[in-house]
Amino acid sequence: MTNAWLSGTIIALLAGSVGFFVVLRGSAFAAHAIPNGAFAGAAGANLVGINPLVGLVVFALGAAFGISGLSRRTRGDVATALALVMMLALGAAFLATSNAYEPAVNALLFGEILGVSSTELAPVAALAVVCVVGLAVLYRPLLLSSISSDLAVAKGVNVRVIDAAFLIVVALSSALAVPVVGALLTFSLMIGPPAAARILSSRPLGALALSVALSVLTLWCAVASSYWTNLPIGFFVGTVSAAVYLAAKGWAAAQSRRLRFELA
Amino acid sequence: MHVLFEPGLFSNSTVRTALILGALVSVVSGAVGIFTVLRGQSFAGHALTDVATAGGAGASLAAVSPLAGFIGGGVIGAGAMDAIGVQRVKDRDVATGVVLGAATGLSALFLYLITLQTTTTGSTQSILFGSVFTVAPSTLPDALVLGGLVLVGLVAIRRPLVMSSISAELAAARGIRLRVVGIAFMVMLAVAVGLSAIVIGSILSTALLIGPPACALRVATRFSRALALSCTLGVAATWAGVVFAYDSYYWLGAGRGLPVSFFVVANVVFEFMVVSLVARRRAVAPRRDAVPAQVGWV
Repeated sequence: MTNAWLSGTIIALLAGSVGFFVVLRGSAFAAHAIPNGAFAGAAGANLVGINPLVGLVVFALGAAFGISGLSRRTRGDVATALALVMMLALGAAFLATSNAYEPAVNALLFGEILGVSSTELAPVAALAVVCVVGLAVLYRPLLLSSISSDLAVAKGVNVRVIDAAFLIVVALSSALAVPVVGALLTFSLMIGPPAAARILSSRPLGALALSVALSVLTLWCAVASSYWTNLPIGFFVGTVSAAVYLAAKGWAAAQSRRLRFELA
Repeated sequence: MHVLFEPGLFSNSTVRTALILGALVSVVSGAVGIFTVLRGQSFAGHALTDVATAGGAGASLAAVSPLAGFIGGGVIGAGAMDAIGVQRVKDRDVATGVVLGAATGLSALFLYLITLQTTTTGSTQSILFGSVFTVAPSTLPDALVLGGLVLVGLVAIRRPLVMSSISAELAAARGIRLRVVGIAFMVMLAVAVGLSAIVIGSILSTALLIGPPACALRVATRFSRALALSCTLGVAATWAGVVFAYDSYYWLGAGRGLPVSFFVVANVVFEFMVVSLVARRRAVAPRRDAVPAQVGWV
């Protein structure tokens, strides 16, 4: 369980900070597609018998490059959709040829709190540090290009390089999160808490900090509930993330109503 | 003949059902998908597939027909997305994501409960990734009726739909009620997704919904041609997928084959690559992405 807490906290810290930019840039669909690439990687690694983390990282990066490569040819959302289904179908084919057990498949898709063993904790922590350093280096140009890509170009930022670099960070953090949270739900940790944080705070650093805090809180709730009830962690991650977002929306609506009342 | 068509392919009733159902689903997805791509709703379409997954898993848990579950889930999801603000472009991305995440969480719960309830394995894979070879032939009439209804509905609202898909401002100026058209379209989208979920699996139905229409819109210059091409490419991908999957039992041996869905998706992506290459070679004029070529349709 200590492992679960530690790895879960690392993942949530990362998802909260990466997710802040995902929401700001409106790239939720890409953030949904990339973890599914990681799913194909885990299934493939299982088939050929190599370290799952290698498969996760390689395929998540493959999905990220696939999306940015295809985007040059067609609309971004179509490119993302095609990359997404191709990766999922590959994963399904790998699973069919390896005769994986159903609980193993479910764990890959919907998460498993004991998904990271003690021997894997060191590489997970190392990759997480790489992601955080990457985000810190990218922070200013990324923020600028997320808010207005015209402004970023005018300031001499190479938007295409920033886009690609950001997708790589999303890919690495997805690869870490998938074994614990599951391929289909990694993304909801990157959307729900950050979107709530954006509603609640208008300053970038404040929203970023709040996003990380809410994301850690969501994951702790999910790990604890999953441990007590024995139900899959993905169920709690998905529903708690949505609840956090709805609560923030409700709070904001109540605030604006009170403001209107006071003005009237 | 043996290279492509393994023995018994056409005399097999399971294969025949798969081919009929596959064609129906591809035509419906191809038609609905044109509008999905035009309206930039790929993500919403994909989110509906995840909501449909929850419906399918719930139906399996309650021992109801999976088709009813897929479609019921999709329609409820369409309502939920509309309720929390899919209409406003700014909020659309996040609202779609939140609904998608919550629905996937529910699927996780249902699929886990199914593994506790039954000893049969493989329900997760068959719900998510489909298995057209196990569809009961009795599903066929229901699917035909639902698919027919969607096509009739599309024909009925085609003018306001085309106009609001190309330019919402123009449509509003002409007195079209965007919200009504939008909701009607989302319901059709949900039914189309539910139908293709029984063929290639709920989370892969995005492939038929987005791939062939995206190909058609790259090369066709007229709406009717885009529609025809989209449906044709969809049917071709599905039929070839069914044939390859049937053959793969012979390639791999030991009574194992690769899933139909894998081949269908691979075919769709292959079609997209080929069409992209052709379109690029033909594109002498500057790219028309800035001003959609489809404006001429109105």
